Amino acid sequence: MKEAVNGDKPILAVRDLEKTFGSVVAARDITVSVPAEQTVGVIGANGAGKTTFVNMITGHLTPSKGTILFEDKDITGMPSREITQLGISRSFQVAQIFPTLSVFDNMVIAAAVARRAGGLLGNVTTPVHSPDAIAEADATIDLFQIDRYRNTTASQLPQGVRKLLDIGMAVVGWPRLLLLDEPTSGISIEEKFDLMNVVMSALKTRKITVLFVEHDMEIVARFADRVLAFYDGTVIADGTAHETLDNPRVQELISGVRKPGGAHA
Amino acid sequence: MLTAFAILTDGLVYAAYLFIVAIGLTLIFGVMKILNVTHGSFYAFGAYGAATAVGIYANADWPAALGFLFMITLAMLVGLIMGIILERGLLRLVYGKDEVVIVLVTYATFLILEDVIVLIWGAQSYAAYQPMVAAGSIEIGDLVLSNYDILLVAIAVVLAALAYWALKYTRQGRLLTTVIFDRETAAAFGINVTLVYTATFVIGAMLGALGGAVMAPKISVTLGIGVEVIVLAFAVVAIGGMGSIEGALIGALIVGICRAAAVHLAPQIELFVIYGVMALVLVARPYGLFVRAQPRKI
Amino acid sequence: MITREKLAGGLAFLFAAAAAPLAPEWVVSLATIAFANALVVLGLVVLWRTGLVSFGQALYYCIGAYTVALIVRWSGFTDAFALVALGGVGAGIVAALVGFLLARYREIFFAMLSLALSMILYGVLVKTETLGSTDGFSVSTPSFLGYRPHGEALGLSLYWFTLAIDAVAAVLVGAYFRSVAGSLATPIRDNEIRVEFLGVSVTRIIHTKVVIAGVLGGLGGALAALTIGHVDPAMSYWTTSGGFVFVTILAGAGSVAAAFVGSLVFEMVRSFAVDIMPGLWQMVLGSVLLLTILFLPDGLGSLVARLRKREEAKP
Repeated sequence: MKEAVNGDKPILAVRDLEKTFGSVVAARDITVSVPAEQTVGVIGANGAGKTTFVNMITGHLTPSKGTILFEDKDITGMPSREITQLGISRSFQVAQIFPTLSVFDNMVIAAAVARRAGGLLGNVTTPVHSPDAIAEADATIDLFQIDRYRNTTASQLPQGVRKLLDIGMAVVGWPRLLLLDEPTSGISIEEKFDLMNVVMSALKTRKITVLFVEHDMEIVARFADRVLAFYDGTVIADGTAHETLDNPRVQELISGVRKPGGAHA
Repeated sequence: MLTAFAILTDGLVYAAYLFIVAIGLTLIFGVMKILNVTHGSFYAFGAYGAATAVGIYANADWPAALGFLFMITLAMLVGLIMGIILERGLLRLVYGKDEVVIVLVTYATFLILEDVIVLIWGAQSYAAYQPMVAAGSIEIGDLVLSNYDILLVAIAVVLAALAYWALKYTRQGRLLTTVIFDRETAAAFGINVTLVYTATFVIGAMLGALGGAVMAPKISVTLGIGVEVIVLAFAVVAIGGMGSIEGALIGALIVGICRAAAVHLAPQIELFVIYGVMALVLVARPYGLFVRAQPRKI
Repeated sequence: MITREKLAGGLAFLFAAAAAPLAPEWVVSLATIAFANALVVLGLVVLWRTGLVSFGQALYYCIGAYTVALIVRWSGFTDAFALVALGGVGAGIVAALVGFLLARYREIFFAMLSLALSMILYGVLVKTETLGSTDGFSVSTPSFLGYRPHGEALGLSLYWFTLAIDAVAAVLVGAYFRSVAGSLATPIRDNEIRVEFLGVSVTRIIHTKVVIAGVLGGLGGALAALTIGHVDPAMSYWTTSGGFVFVTILAGAGSVAAAFVGSLVFEMVRSFAVDIMPGLWQMVLGSVLLLTILFLPDGLGSLVARLRKREEAKP
């Protein structure tokens, strides 16, 4: 296992993670640590355990074995909402937005939730349209360059804007770690790079550590500081984008890696 | 000992009644994802129709043995007509809306039909005890069993067997289970989903009316019988798991035996016990005994 | 816009308060019942915004009413303020308890479990002979912080008292709608997964809504018990719940005011319809409900919003 590039304390440290569904092993022996502000790409075939990995970190699945430390705090098996409150956010393969609300309302609700007062009555005593939340929502809408859709109902949005809104809603609460599950899935090849440029520069601005699952190796090579390759539920290669993508096992086992620059399945 | 035996027989009879009213409700829910509050109306119309039939029959000079058949035939005919009118005339318009909106539609229909009953049959009660008397009773030791109750259990068993056979061993039944599991795939395989919906709803309506008809001789047919049934049938179906025929059977048995036990041992809690059992089951299994909660995929 | 709405609400409240002494006694009593029931409807509106319908809201209505009636009967205590508060608290406690079960469910299960719970109470009350079974029992006249009105003064006092509680409830519920928890109603209906990943427990939010609706239901029942001067198990029967749901769907979830207007219209129409077409009341209800769902799915309140939009569109 390659250690983190710089010597800082890791923001995320995963040890011996395993997830089984009955007799099926979805993930096993995953040990990874990620330093702050690193951008990590996660590659692998469908069913290789990438989404299971993301789901365990964000609390959607409870690991069968192993530990997950976030900023030295053990978050293994915590419910997702508590993990969110600690500073880990995620976006989804299929954008999870509120289709009947406008882009602004989607964003302002996400902002208000993140900034609500604590305590038993925090939800009830914090107004949703506080000047703070409105400013935060508008700032994030601008950051993701979707301001011309501000008043559009979310169900009417083009696919790329939906994705940006989805990621924006994850970012509006100022998380320190963000997990992107296939940010470019469902996006046409021509739009992918533009979308990722917008997303990655926004995340850089906010100094967010990123883990993103991606099938397109060009995108991975272009945006990831470091790449984890998953096969059969575990990490088979971990290094800089170049190291991982040039790894012969990775090239053998993960389709699309062999011919960078070519067409992808 | 006698009490235990009485609890068992009473419980079985009550379970038979519950199963007959619940099977139509769970069938419609299983296939169409509609909780059909109008099921209570089908039951009530079945009971009133049966009472009318018994009245006609008692005045005519026909052989007594066929009275029961005449009664349930007429009631199921009522169910058939109501089912077709409702599905084609109203429900068709709201498919695809929220489940709860469709419940409201069936609830509104139920309200309207409650007054239609008053318009047709008036506000007075009807008795239709003749078939029950004609059936007589048998004695086993100290216990007297009504033959009509035995018939009721037999009908429930036949219905359960028929439903099991129809769903597992006929082409149409297997088609139906396909629609239950995935409507879009079913349509893609060339299954006429519209027809399946109409057929399911009509069969459900006829089963509801049958429930009313077979119970008519045992009860006073009066206003408000529909709502009791819908709440009871829901409890049975919720215990077993909505949409599951096996669930309805087990749910009916559980509720039937528990209620009979309460009637014999602690009559004060009779009404409470049904919902108490339901609450207990749902705390342990939120979607009933035979339905698993679906994990959310993201 | 918000200030205009508040102004309109305040004026309507003042008008409703000032007009009462000029109105005939039966109108005042009808309006008192309507405004007591409006609290129950307001609770249902809180749920309906999240896409939840309770077919058993009469449970809390009945608990509020019986709490008041039993306290008066056993202790002779008659202060309306304390009684109504206790009615709301009693119903709120029950709501908090059953909320643990209900908050796990949505849509049909939520609706039908609520119904089943209210029918349990109905069954228990009908079988309890010491509380008068189906006949119920009467509640003696209340006092207001030592003031003991009679006759017409009593009717007016109850009316103003109800109106004052309504105003407080309307302001509080309005504030709730503008809070984070309140604004999550549509998001929860749209996409619970996202709400959870924003860091909010959907179950807890729904539990809160069940309790809010329960307290409002209890307050409404408590006021109704004092106004009618009698309680009986029918207060928990499904038809009572059905009436509340009816007004909710008709009024729509758009605004707080709709609950009050809707409830008033409902009571007025009922008092006439029962006179003109006795025996067809449920048919009228069912038909109007069907037409509303088919042609005006957001309720009558949405008509106002639509008119205003058209007005704004004009140069």
